[in-house]
Amino acid sequence: MTAETLLKVDNLKVSFKTYAGEVQSVRGINFEVKKGECLGIVGESGCGKSVTSQAIMQLLKTPPAMYKEGNIVFEGEDLLKKSEKEMQKVRGNSISMIFQDPMTSLNPTQKIGKQIAEVLREHKNISKAEAYAEAEKMLELVSMPEPKKRMNQYPHEFSGGMRQRAMIAMALACRPKLIIADEPTTALDVTVQAQILELLQKVQKEIGMSIIMITHDLGVVAKMCDRVAVMYAGQIVEQGSVEAIFNRPSHPYTKGLLSAVPSMEMDRSKALTTIPGTPPDLFAPPAGCGFYARCNKAMKVCQNHMPQMQMIDGELTSACWLNHPMCPAQNRND
Amino acid sequence: MAQQEVLLKVENVKKHFNVGGGTLKAVDGLSFDLYKGETLGLVGESGCGKSTAGRAVLRLYEPTEGKVTFDGVDVYSLPKKKLKELRKQMQIVFQDPYASLNPRMTVEDIIGEALDIHKLAKGPARHKRIVELLNLVGLSEEHASRFPHEFSGGQRQRVGIARALAVEPKFIVCDEPISALDVSIQAQVVNLLKQLQNEMGLTYLFIAHDLSMVKYISDRILVMYLGQMMELAESEELNDNPLHPYTQFLLSAVPIPDPGVEKNRDRIRVEGEIPSPIDPPNLCPFCTRCPKVHDKCKQSRPEWKEVKPNHYIACHLFD
Repeated sequence: MTAETLLKVDNLKVSFKTYAGEVQSVRGINFEVKKGECLGIVGESGCGKSVTSQAIMQLLKTPPAMYKEGNIVFEGEDLLKKSEKEMQKVRGNSISMIFQDPMTSLNPTQKIGKQIAEVLREHKNISKAEAYAEAEKMLELVSMPEPKKRMNQYPHEFSGGMRQRAMIAMALACRPKLIIADEPTTALDVTVQAQILELLQKVQKEIGMSIIMITHDLGVVAKMCDRVAVMYAGQIVEQGSVEAIFNRPSHPYTKGLLSAVPSMEMDRSKALTTIPGTPPDLFAPPAGCGFYARCNKAMKVCQNHMPQMQMIDGELTSACWLNHPMCPAQNRND
Repeated sequence: MAQQEVLLKVENVKKHFNVGGGTLKAVDGLSFDLYKGETLGLVGESGCGKSTAGRAVLRLYEPTEGKVTFDGVDVYSLPKKKLKELRKQMQIVFQDPYASLNPRMTVEDIIGEALDIHKLAKGPARHKRIVELLNLVGLSEEHASRFPHEFSGGQRQRVGIARALAVEPKFIVCDEPISALDVSIQAQVVNLLKQLQNEMGLTYLFIAHDLSMVKYISDRILVMYLGQMMELAESEELNDNPLHPYTQFLLSAVPIPDPGVEKNRDRIRVEGEIPSPIDPPNLCPFCTRCPKVHDKCKQSRPEWKEVKPNHYIACHLFD
């Protein structure tokens, strides 16, 4: 695919000031989102995936957050250089976000219809009646049962799946070019999850938007994403097409993550593969590879020298010393 | 399953709650046997009553109706004092390792509390036993003096497991013990649970909504919907050959972590939302959404029957 680049994150570094010191949450990441594609960002809690998404939306409070380095270029403009006022025109309009917990991200004191119409009136020069009519159309688009009735209801009257649909309707109201979905289905049942994901796919096709899907569920990634970035300890350790990441991962962390999930066909007498240990402390991140302490193939060089992102094949880049051309072949063997 | 000795017998257990505007039938007629040393997975969507079922079996809730026999003892008719004795044999591990450990107690006291209540160990013996338990779940002595906030989610869940093991139970209800954990940590905890089961001959009721993990850990799986049992079969059988339309729907919704398979798969679609569990009609609970619904489903509640050896189902399609 040689589609146009919509978003380019270039060497982004974000830290947080705390009493205990500086937490380096995001430590220099690079990725691109092309028009119409779905990029998955996967990783464990605390790896920096949510901070990355909130940085794109400029939702991090500074201080304590600090943008140490890097650019976030969206349609040719650096979002980090925009003022708060300019960002308000971007948020909800050309980039919008879906959060994990729809109950805490909807306003419990306002009717759903009003909340969606508000977004439209903020960004578009339309009358109240037009905004309400459009809001109802959006509810229809997300397959909300009885949209007319739902317009006049409050979030607490909705089930979890309906709330998530209402939030998607709100996020899509202005037909954004990019939607960031931060664990959009983690709080939902599998059956509802399947409906919501299919809904996102359908709408993505209809209005041709791009999606950044942040999740730790590899099944969701397999279903939704075109490309995947695997994050660990504030860095992207491997990036590539969804087929490459699942079928021929090269980074030991990606491999570990994939084998920790039992497949439906798995033999029950075998123990699950685990990744021993816990992620490193990002107050004082290791000088070398972030995965060094937990890696079963760690070499001496990994401890003090950071591996660079390297092209493995046309569809996969990975940051691991094992891929260095001088690395002895036996070190790579499983 | 080593032998088919019944440890826990659940017969027609019901737990209803009086709520404004009617009776919420959280669990409405649950009957199953749990064999010694096996793991029974209990799955279903949120609100289907699986957690209530787990608690009713332990008599953490007083049941509305029904009978539970544990090792020959009638759990529901025991007086309070005797019940405390029985608690030593039946324990629970909770879902949220953040909410189920007292933040103001050290790990030593959290685990020790169980020993104190049942007067199992005092003084140096108490400390020794606590260290033993910590080692058993993969933690060490130095962790004993720490507070829950100093631990990661996976480590907290290990503390929760150590606490349950302190009284040397035979049976543990695991109420979504891994839902709040990361994938790589889930695998660690599941391996630990399996290893403990092998070493100590534990019996588990494993409640979860993650079907792939349930399939991996369970010998048999029971599917619930709206407080009722839909299907019960051996793990592989249920997975390869689900008979109930609801089970088929549930299984097809689980995304498979393989893009080649997942992107080309067609999911079973079902219309509508889960109906309210308040005063439900006495019909098949799935009849409002079932793709294979026929007249009979809207007239009576299907009976629970064995359609194949060890494969039970409540569905009119198999009358």
